[in-house]
Amino acid sequence: MYVFLTGFMFWLSLTVFCLGVIVRTFLYWKGLSWSLDRVAYRAYPLAGFQGALNSVWKWLLPFGTQGWRKQPLMTVFFFGFHIGAIAVPLFLLAHNLILQEKLGFSLATLDQSAADVLTWIVLICALFLVLRRIALPEVRILTTWYDYLILALAVAPFLTGLLARYELGGSSFWLPAHILSGEILLMAIPFTKLSHAFLFFASRAQLGMDYGIKRGGLKGTKMAW
Amino acid sequence: MPEGQLCNKQPIQSEAELNALLSDTGGKKYYDEMKALEVDSDKLWKTIQNTCRSRIRTWLEICAHCGMCAESCFLYLVDNKDPRQVPAYKIQSTLGTIIKKKGRVDNQFMHMAMETAWAKCTCCNRCGMYCPHGIDMGIMFSYLRGLLYQQGFVPWELKIGAGMHRVYKAQMDVTDEDFVETFEWILEEYEDDYPDLKVPVDQQGADILYTVNAREVKHYPEDLAEAAILFHLAGENWTIASSGWEQTSLAMFAGDWEACRMQVEHVYAAMHRLQPKTMVGTECGHAHRATVVEGPYWAGYKDGQPPVECLHYVEWLAGALRDGKLTIDPAKRIREKVTLQDSCNYVRNHGLKNATREIMSHIVEPGFFIEMDPKKEHNFCCGGGGGFNGIGLYRARRNQALKKKRDQISDTGAGLVVAPCHNCWDAIRDLEEEYSLGIKWTFLKPLIIDMLLVPDEVLQEKPRQ
Repeated sequence: MYVFLTGFMFWLSLTVFCLGVIVRTFLYWKGLSWSLDRVAYRAYPLAGFQGALNSVWKWLLPFGTQGWRKQPLMTVFFFGFHIGAIAVPLFLLAHNLILQEKLGFSLATLDQSAADVLTWIVLICALFLVLRRIALPEVRILTTWYDYLILALAVAPFLTGLLARYELGGSSFWLPAHILSGEILLMAIPFTKLSHAFLFFASRAQLGMDYGIKRGGLKGTKMAW
Repeated sequence: MPEGQLCNKQPIQSEAELNALLSDTGGKKYYDEMKALEVDSDKLWKTIQNTCRSRIRTWLEICAHCGMCAESCFLYLVDNKDPRQVPAYKIQSTLGTIIKKKGRVDNQFMHMAMETAWAKCTCCNRCGMYCPHGIDMGIMFSYLRGLLYQQGFVPWELKIGAGMHRVYKAQMDVTDEDFVETFEWILEEYEDDYPDLKVPVDQQGADILYTVNAREVKHYPEDLAEAAILFHLAGENWTIASSGWEQTSLAMFAGDWEACRMQVEHVYAAMHRLQPKTMVGTECGHAHRATVVEGPYWAGYKDGQPPVECLHYVEWLAGALRDGKLTIDPAKRIREKVTLQDSCNYVRNHGLKNATREIMSHIVEPGFFIEMDPKKEHNFCCGGGGGFNGIGLYRARRNQALKKKRDQISDTGAGLVVAPCHNCWDAIRDLEEEYSLGIKWTFLKPLIIDMLLVPDEVLQEKPRQ
C-alpha cells in the first residue's frame, strides 16, 4: 500500500495537478475577451500589468485592503488557515526528503515545532471557518454541502498528518491515510472550487487589469483596494 | 411561443410601438402580459455559450461562499441585513442557476431574476472591491440584465428607455430640432445678463464638443444655459452637434446592448464629423460611463478609447479653475457645511475622485467640506443608480434603498450636497422628499456661476464690426 501510494499514486496525483493547473490557467487567459469583458487587455499591457500587480499584492497582505480591515477576525483566521495550508506542505522536512528522493531537488524546510504550530493553526482556523458558516446568516445562506466537502478535502491531509506525527493509534494507518488524502487534494485542486488556489491570481489580476486600464488606471488613478 | 403585444422579446423599433407602450399607464398591461411570457431556453443557452466566457464562469465557480461581500452592499445593509440581499447569493441564485440549468428556467424564475437584477442591484460595482477573489457581481448583474432583456423580462420603463434610444437616439422623445431650438431659446432668456452668449452649432474643429443628457433639454433647459455661460466666461472655443448630442444610455441600464451600440455610434459619428479636440459631457455619471468608458467597446474600438479625448464635466471644470479660466470670488466661497456625492459611474468606474475634490478646494472655505464615510471609490451608490430611480414597480424598494445615503449625508452634518450626477441628484432630491433631512442639493454649474469673479467687459456687449 505504502509503495503504491508513494509510487504510482504520487506520480499520478502530481501529473494530474500540474497538467490541470496548466490547462486551466491557459484556458482562463484564452477565454478573456476584450470585447465581451470590455477591457482592452492587449492595448495597454503596462497599465494592465500594474493594475494586476496592485490588485493581487494588496489582497495577499493581511489587512492590506479595506475588505480585510473591515472584518479583522475573519482576516486573522483566513490568513492563519492559508499560510499554514501553503507553508506546511511545501516546507515540511519529511515532504522535502521525498521531493529530493523523487525529483532530485528540495525546498527550504521548516523547523518541526514550527510545522506543528502551523498545522494546529490550520485546524483551528478551519474549525472557525466551519463555525462561521453555521453562525452567520449571510454565510449560511451561501453554504452548501459542497463547501464542507471542499473544506474537508483541504483539511484531511493536515488532520491525518498530525495524527501520524503523534503516532496516535500507530502511524501505520494514519501515514497512508495522510498520503492518500494529500494526493486526493492535489488531484481535486484543478477541478473543484479548490482551483481558487491558482485561479485566485487569475481572477484578481483580471479585475486589476480592468481597473488599471479601463476604470481609472489610464487616468492616473491607482485603485485604493 | 406566445408573446404579448407590449411585453415580448422584440426591441422597440418604431415610434408607433413606443407610443403603444407609453399609453399603457404604469405598464399594467405590459406586466400582465409578462406573466404569460415564455422563456426561449434554447436561445438563452446559446447566448450564454457564445458570450459567457472564462471571466464570469470562473467567478461563479471559485466564489468561496465566504459572505465577505455582504456588508459591501448597501441594499443588504438597508434591508435589515436580509441574507437574500448578499451579493454572492443574489448572483448565484439567478445567473448561477440559469447557467447550471443550461437556460431551462421558467417564467416564475425569470420574474424573480428580473426583480433581483433591477431592484436588488444597481450595478454600482462596490461588492467587487470587497471580494478577496475579485469577483465583481455588478458586472455579472449587468450581463444578466442583457439576458433578461433578450427574453423580454425587463421593467416597463427601461424597455421604453431603450426604445427611445432606438427611435430618437436619445433617452426621451427629444429630436435634434428640439435640442438645437431649446438651446438657442434658453440662451435668449439670459442675453440681458450675458450679451454675447451664443451656442455654436456644428462648428468644425472646436476645442470642445459639448454633449448633454436629453432630460436637460426636456425638463431642465437652464442647465444648458449654465453650461453655455461657463464655457463663455472661460473663453472656450466650443460647439454642440446638431445630431449626436445625447450622451446618456438607458439602454445600458436595460441591458439592450444593440441599442447601446447604436446610441454611442451616433455620438461618435458627431465626433468624426466635427473633429473636436475634446468632448466634454454634462454632469451625469451613467452618461459618462456609457459614452466614454463602455461605449468604445460597444462600438468595437479595440483600444477601448472614444474617437477623441472625452472629459467628464468635473474634469473640465477642475481644469478651468486650475488654469484660471474661471476664478472664484473668495468672498462667495461656501461657508456652510457641505458634502460631496461620489458617483459610482465615474469615480469607482473611471477613477475621477480627485477632480471633484479639486473643485471643492476652490469653492469651499477650508474646514467646511465634510467628506462622506465611506468616500471616493469606496462610497456607496446614491440609492437610485442603474435605472432604479426610474422603475415604478420597485419604487418602495428604491425609497428604502435611499436610507444608506440619507444616513451618510446626515452623519456629515452638511446642509448642502454637491451631486455632479443626474442620477445621484435625483436620488438625493427624492430622499429629502421622503425623509425630510432639511438639506439642499445641487449640481456644480449653478453653484459655480453664482460664485465667479466676472470681468465687466464680459457682461457688456462687444461692439459690432
